[in-house]
Amino acid sequence: MAMRANLPLSAEALPDVAGPPLPPSPATPRVPWRRTPEGRTLLLGVGMFAPAVLYIFALIGVPFVLAFVYAFSDVKVGSVGYHWVGLENFRSILESPSFRKALANSFIFTIVSQILVIVGSTILAFPLRDKFRGRGLVRFLILLPWVAPISLGAIGWKWILDSLYSVINWVLVAMHLFKPYSAPMWLGEPTLAMASVILVQTWRLLPFSTVIILAGLTAIPKEIPEAAEVDGAGFWRKLFQIDLPMMLPIINVAVLFGIIFTFTDMTVVYVLTAGGPYDSTQVLPSLAFFTGVLGGDLSQGAAISLFLVPILVAVTYFMLRMAHKSEVV
Amino acid sequence: MQGGAARTVRYTIARWIVVGIFSVLLAFPFYWMLITTFKQTADLYTLENNPFIFNMPPTLDHLRLLFGQTRYLVWVGNTALVGVIVVGITLLLALPAAYALTRLTGKWGENMGIGIFLTYLVPPTLLFIPLSRVVALLGLQDTIWSVVLVYPSFTIPFSIWLLMGFFKSIPRELEDAAMVDGLTRLGAFVKLVVPISISGILTVVIFTFTLVTQEFVYALTFISTESSQMLSVGVPTFLVRGDVYYWGSLMAACLIASVPIAILYNLFLDRFIAGFTVGAIK
Amino acid sequence: MAVVETRSLTKVFKEGDVGAVNNVNLQTREGEFLVFLGPSGSGKTTLLRMIAGLERPTAGEILIGGHVVNHLTPRERRIAMVFQSYALYPHLSVYNNIAFPLKAQGVKKELHRQKVEWAAELLGIKHLLDRKPRELSGGERQRVALARAIVRQPTVFLLDEPLSNLDAKLRASAREELESFHKRIGTTTIYVTHDQVEAMAMGDRVMVLHQGHVRQIGTPAEVYDKPADTFVATFLGSPPMNLLKNGAFVVGFRPEHLVPIELVSNPAITVRLRVKNTEYLGAEWILYGMANGGKFDGEGLVSRLGSASSFTRNEVYEFGVRDEDLHYFDRQTEKRAEPKVLAWQ
Repeated sequence: MAMRANLPLSAEALPDVAGPPLPPSPATPRVPWRRTPEGRTLLLGVGMFAPAVLYIFALIGVPFVLAFVYAFSDVKVGSVGYHWVGLENFRSILESPSFRKALANSFIFTIVSQILVIVGSTILAFPLRDKFRGRGLVRFLILLPWVAPISLGAIGWKWILDSLYSVINWVLVAMHLFKPYSAPMWLGEPTLAMASVILVQTWRLLPFSTVIILAGLTAIPKEIPEAAEVDGAGFWRKLFQIDLPMMLPIINVAVLFGIIFTFTDMTVVYVLTAGGPYDSTQVLPSLAFFTGVLGGDLSQGAAISLFLVPILVAVTYFMLRMAHKSEVV
Repeated sequence: MQGGAARTVRYTIARWIVVGIFSVLLAFPFYWMLITTFKQTADLYTLENNPFIFNMPPTLDHLRLLFGQTRYLVWVGNTALVGVIVVGITLLLALPAAYALTRLTGKWGENMGIGIFLTYLVPPTLLFIPLSRVVALLGLQDTIWSVVLVYPSFTIPFSIWLLMGFFKSIPRELEDAAMVDGLTRLGAFVKLVVPISISGILTVVIFTFTLVTQEFVYALTFISTESSQMLSVGVPTFLVRGDVYYWGSLMAACLIASVPIAILYNLFLDRFIAGFTVGAIK
Repeated sequence: MAVVETRSLTKVFKEGDVGAVNNVNLQTREGEFLVFLGPSGSGKTTLLRMIAGLERPTAGEILIGGHVVNHLTPRERRIAMVFQSYALYPHLSVYNNIAFPLKAQGVKKELHRQKVEWAAELLGIKHLLDRKPRELSGGERQRVALARAIVRQPTVFLLDEPLSNLDAKLRASAREELESFHKRIGTTTIYVTHDQVEAMAMGDRVMVLHQGHVRQIGTPAEVYDKPADTFVATFLGSPPMNLLKNGAFVVGFRPEHLVPIELVSNPAITVRLRVKNTEYLGAEWILYGMANGGKFDGEGLVSRLGSASSFTRNEVYEFGVRDEDLHYFDRQTEKRAEPKVLAWQ
């Protein structure tokens, strides 16, 4: 095109391709981007979500940062100023046997209950897939633990597990498995207390997990298990080689949610055992509560609760990775 | 019997066994609450009595105690009031946000939506200590306004995520047609999208309300006075006199609080699942 | 001996409802490509699924290889099926998809590779064995589905509208592949479709179904040239056959047989047609006209002509039909009837 540059740009010099040349158009003013339709739409969008984002930033983002800030200080409930103490809080926490016990308990609590929840809800999801008479009622009953406020369900269990009047113990005694007054103290003995707390948490999460897994199960197109049947697969092969592998992504989602809800939960422990007996059921969040809120030591409490963060980050990472992978499909 | 028919019978029996066991295990505590509510105290505390039957005639005493001599109704009122206000705040902020992130902001809007949802996973047990300070500084300590302020921090992300799922299922062409017919974007949102999504919005309302009623940690942390407390904290805390648990009234309190919410929840569960699966499963 | 046979096969889904499949009797011929053709709701898919064992019959018997199989599960019937969506296992590689039936039927592990490669070779997908289904195109997925079906060397193939999920352009080449595949393999095949072009092109015999009843079974020529009733007559052929009521009969003639009077030496029917609309399709014209005057004044008729003709809208032309091209149907029963001389003025 360099050779063309020297030609005069008059109408006569240009080749007559599609008829006589058009008259020159009036100068169009340059419109600022924010007034173009795309710009206006984007601004509207930002305006529409800004309040929500600001709210979340203020009430989650800022406190999140503050948690770190407090953990590195010696702030207590009555404190006036702010003193940086570096890693002092963390040092004293890590040396504390209470903390170490709570950390171990948190893991035991989470891992055992999640295993029970996933296995249980997967088993439960299968029969719920088909419509059958009474399914509505069954669904209502199964959802109760999840819908009822956690603390109220836990109190209900506290009554069921009461040291003297436990209905479970009454049944055990009636079946002559135990002598009266020697039945297990569900909330009074360390190992049993841990088992009870795990039981209640499992009970609470099972419905939620079942709903998620059931959704994954019903998302499997009907023709695939049928093709497997035609191909010769029996019940167990269909289950383990077709249904479960295809449900794996959704099972992952349920597990990740479950881990977060369990690891960061303090309500079940607080209501059932208040961390006892002798810290045997204490978990990180409840310890943070007792230290920071009831004990008034805000900085120590914040430091303890910060130990939740690595788990949160790990889970978030895995959830994002899965969300990204499923987009590729 | 033909092979196929025999298998179906076996499946049906197995199904009823599995479903039956789980239903009993999961619902039993509520059944237990029901029985305990109406059993006389003497009947409850006599070890030899069969707990599954009424050995003495049923009574309304526990209910009378609960409604007459405790602050139960105050807590119910507080929770209801907080619920309504928080639902209002949530809808006000989450509806436009969800719409904007679904329609108006393209790819980075989607990612922002995911980011917002992730904030739902930040637990109260991490934020409650700093927030208690913030609440104290604002002078909202020990009032229901503390939780009115803080609860939207988790109901908004949850609602945005749910609503995004609903909005995604509305075909774009509907809004395009409305704009060709003369509505602005905002007008299309208000006059078209919102009315179409009423069932989705109702679902969000119910779920937000249940999130409020279930919340424990913030209410426990920010509020200490009995008359300002919420239901889920008041019941386990104040229905205990000294070391004595008034189990009859306690169980009544739990039952009354749980069942109506459960009924409402069940009515909207299918819509929730529909919105959930749009988002989570491609 | 017929590979697949049904006797009085019936399926009613809800008590009191009209049957989805009513009293179907059929016998396949060895190695043939039999098409179940019908509109949606005609029962063709239900019929196929009953043969596969995915649906339980309400009444009647199904025989495969001479044995009654009503009580057998799909896996025990040793048939192969290709579904409309292909139903490939998304989490397994192509190799494992094809190998799955072998594993399920307990074939020795050493033989797997050999058989999978044989099937893959046959369908030209050997280079795809390590891929996952989501990485494949529609045509490739069809081939994988066929490979999976054939790897067990079944006695009968069942195909449920496998081409309907493909876009139009792909459909023609996929159809051709299916035809050559059948020629190579020679296994008895039952193919379900609503597309009469597919049925005519692919079928050795076509079974036309309507509302659960079999209307006709025959070669494509038989169902096209000698339709057993007005449903078959109008379902096959596009545009559909023209039908005129005359006394106790309905008389039909195909659009390609309604030609300008100059081309008919001894017309059985003559009609003056006012042209309402014409469609130029490149290779032919479709003419939509209205009878002008005479016994059938006002009736709409369609004609199909080679592209050499030219017609003007709103003009009236004279058309005729030969005697041999007329079809007679009883007006009451709609069934094919013997030709009779009728009054046409």
